Amino acid sequence: MAVIGPVLALIVLVAIGAMMNSNFLSAANITNVLARSAFIGIIAVGMTFVITSGGLDLSVGSMAAFIAGLMILVMNAALPSLGVGIPIILLGMVVALIAGIAAGLLNGFLITSLGIEAFIVTLGSMGIYRSLVTWLADGGTLSLDFSLRTFYRPVYFDGILGVSWPIIVFALVVIIGQIIMSRSVFGRHCAATGSNEHVAHYSNVNVNRTRLITYAALGMLVGIATIMYVPRLGSASSSTGDLWELEAIAAVIIGGTVLKGGFGRVWGTVIGVLILSLIDNILNLTDFVSPYLNGAIQGVIIILAVILQRESKAANR
Amino acid sequence: MPAPVLALQDVSKRFGPIEVLHGISLTLCSGEVHALIGENGAGKSTTMKILAGYQPASEGVILLDGKPVTFDSLRDGEEAGIVMIHQEFNLAEQLTVEQNIFLGRELKKGWLLDKSEMRRLTVSYLKRVECSVDPDALVSALSNSEKQMVEIAKALSRDARVLIMDEPTAVLTNRERKVLFEQVSALRATGTAILFTSHKLDEVAEVSDQVTVMRDGAVVYSGPSAEIDEDGMATTMVGRDVSDLYPPKPGVPSEAETVLSVKGLTVPGFAEGLSFDLKQGEILGIGGLIGAGRTEAMEGLCGLRAASVESVTLFGEPVQLKTPGDAQRRGLCYLTEDRKLRGLVLDWGMRENLTLQTLFKFGSFMIDTRAEDAALSHAITEFDIRAGSRSVRVGNLSGGNQQKLLLAKVMLSEPRILIVDEPTRGIDIGTKQQIYVFLRKLAAQGHAIIMITSEMPELIGLADRIMVMRLGQFAGSLVGPEISEDSIVRLSMGLEATSSNTAAVPPLAQDRFS
Repeated sequence: MAVIGPVLALIVLVAIGAMMNSNFLSAANITNVLARSAFIGIIAVGMTFVITSGGLDLSVGSMAAFIAGLMILVMNAALPSLGVGIPIILLGMVVALIAGIAAGLLNGFLITSLGIEAFIVTLGSMGIYRSLVTWLADGGTLSLDFSLRTFYRPVYFDGILGVSWPIIVFALVVIIGQIIMSRSVFGRHCAATGSNEHVAHYSNVNVNRTRLITYAALGMLVGIATIMYVPRLGSASSSTGDLWELEAIAAVIIGGTVLKGGFGRVWGTVIGVLILSLIDNILNLTDFVSPYLNGAIQGVIIILAVILQRESKAANR
Repeated sequence: MPAPVLALQDVSKRFGPIEVLHGISLTLCSGEVHALIGENGAGKSTTMKILAGYQPASEGVILLDGKPVTFDSLRDGEEAGIVMIHQEFNLAEQLTVEQNIFLGRELKKGWLLDKSEMRRLTVSYLKRVECSVDPDALVSALSNSEKQMVEIAKALSRDARVLIMDEPTAVLTNRERKVLFEQVSALRATGTAILFTSHKLDEVAEVSDQVTVMRDGAVVYSGPSAEIDEDGMATTMVGRDVSDLYPPKPGVPSEAETVLSVKGLTVPGFAEGLSFDLKQGEILGIGGLIGAGRTEAMEGLCGLRAASVESVTLFGEPVQLKTPGDAQRRGLCYLTEDRKLRGLVLDWGMRENLTLQTLFKFGSFMIDTRAEDAALSHAITEFDIRAGSRSVRVGNLSGGNQQKLLLAKVMLSEPRILIVDEPTRGIDIGTKQQIYVFLRKLAAQGHAIIMITSEMPELIGLADRIMVMRLGQFAGSLVGPEISEDSIVRLSMGLEATSSNTAAVPPLAQDRFS
């Protein structure tokens, strides 16, 4: 049940959606759902590794907002010297990646080297980044210069063969993540660390380095998600990325990864992300249930997923 | 004639399609101590769990005072006066000793806790088991043997009619063991029926009134302990003769190469200024009391914990071993004493556990699972690992098979020097013999072995040379004819190895050794 449960839930949701609205299965709607899922999805893949290794990161939502703000500031500042063109976009992307990796490394360093609980460290950094972006925007909104925005827009809205860039990047991240998790030495080390860090240590697995890499990788993926997100609206404010951390964690758990670590699967996380976005999409397309109840339905799904996990675990014993 | 309190009649137990108990019959009588012995995996734990109501029987009848009963839950068992003490303790680590003893049955005065009465009773129970822990101490801060004594104090507080103990002495020192058996005798005198398992046949012979021997899920002997001696028990358990438990010692030639030379090894808080040499083909035994710093010293040497050392020479080359990876790359490997918490991931299968330490051999980035499977097949044959299926969860393997898997895992890194820590703790005599033979064979092939053990016969039976640790330092070294139980005990108690008057060993010294 733990394996097929989330898949079944996804199929049921698709069937419900198709019955309720004829536009549900249209290419435009599917692209829309996938593209919106991409941000949370890319982050959730990284979160899968962090949680599998026995960690947690609450700071990803505000980290995304902070990186978006930083990116916009740097690009606007460089506009007079670089002008509108590919170099300035690349500069923004490099800033986002470096900022993401640095923020992840900082979280990871505090957790592994100083031995502070992941929950505490990332609760703290969550507040710091959220506050920093509010301060950078002076309580308002940071906007990308209009000319840049127009130039950058295609990164969100265009793509190859009608598949938009965020979906392509999401797919690549998922494929690479799935291979690393299930087939690579690093993935096995993550699971060992999350299962029992003493056993991992006595088996010559560098527990601290493994954890540090998962946080840095998550930071990098937050950077990538932000690169895809900024062209969508062209702005960042204190509400950017609000509650992304909880959606990402929820997707990971719905997908069958164990919250206390030791077992994770990336493809499950993708299913989790799709389930969450489909609920949102279906409620918006139909007037059967108020879209305001979105959060309630998602909450029920998360709790159900964990109950199913536990039942199947008990059956295995 | 003692009255039967709790009995199993033709009880079978199946997990899925696999039958693990075949028609067990067992009777516990009030005022009798009943020992249940058998190799690991013989079905002792399952039998006890059925008796205590932890697991239902698939077939057969449980009789309480002669009447058939079914225990739907643990609580039913407890209400019938049956208390079971697990090998893995059932204590809440973050609560105090006192809170644990009264957990679930807190005494109340009105609607508030009656703390003074609970304190009074806790102190009296702890006093009965001669345990000096503070009632306010957190259980997480206690040693394993102290936890065992707290478990027993807790059982005393429940006024059990039937007390079931799964290997109660495995983690106890000899003195604590004596206290435990005094309490057992006292309980027997009050009419409690007691069942315990143990791998120590001498204590079975000493303490029990009845003994039941199990093999492969069936009872192969049941009768008064007076009618069977220790050799008889061992032979019945294993089904073959085990008189040659230890392989012969060929002796280490004096010209053998020194493969490891350690000078001034210090592990803060545990060991200070240790220096020793190890020769090719040698099994060096490290004896001493629990807490003498043996494990910590070897972990420090292998980079598993913080340590400083003046010099380490491996195969004639000065080396620095900062991490366990350094040690492994240079052919030095440590096999932990705690296979469940440090050795194996219990939730995983055998394949992933086997290769965890040497994953780099199975691919630099991607893992070659086919090579892993081949390695597992090889390990299963070479180490005689008996698991029902290859995909079994390692936590469901018997202790002996877990230990063999752990040994196979460490051997995959092809160590030239192997440090084994309590290599046969809590495993049956047949598997012990296999491990002894394996270690001796390894030494004969030109490897060198350091063995930490708290089992005196094992130390004497297997080691070519013995170094005894006391309070973080080497108290002395024994070779060949100098090796005797007496000299080891004397050294570990801080006396000279030999004395003209052997009676000078205080009885306490003999007793404390474990």
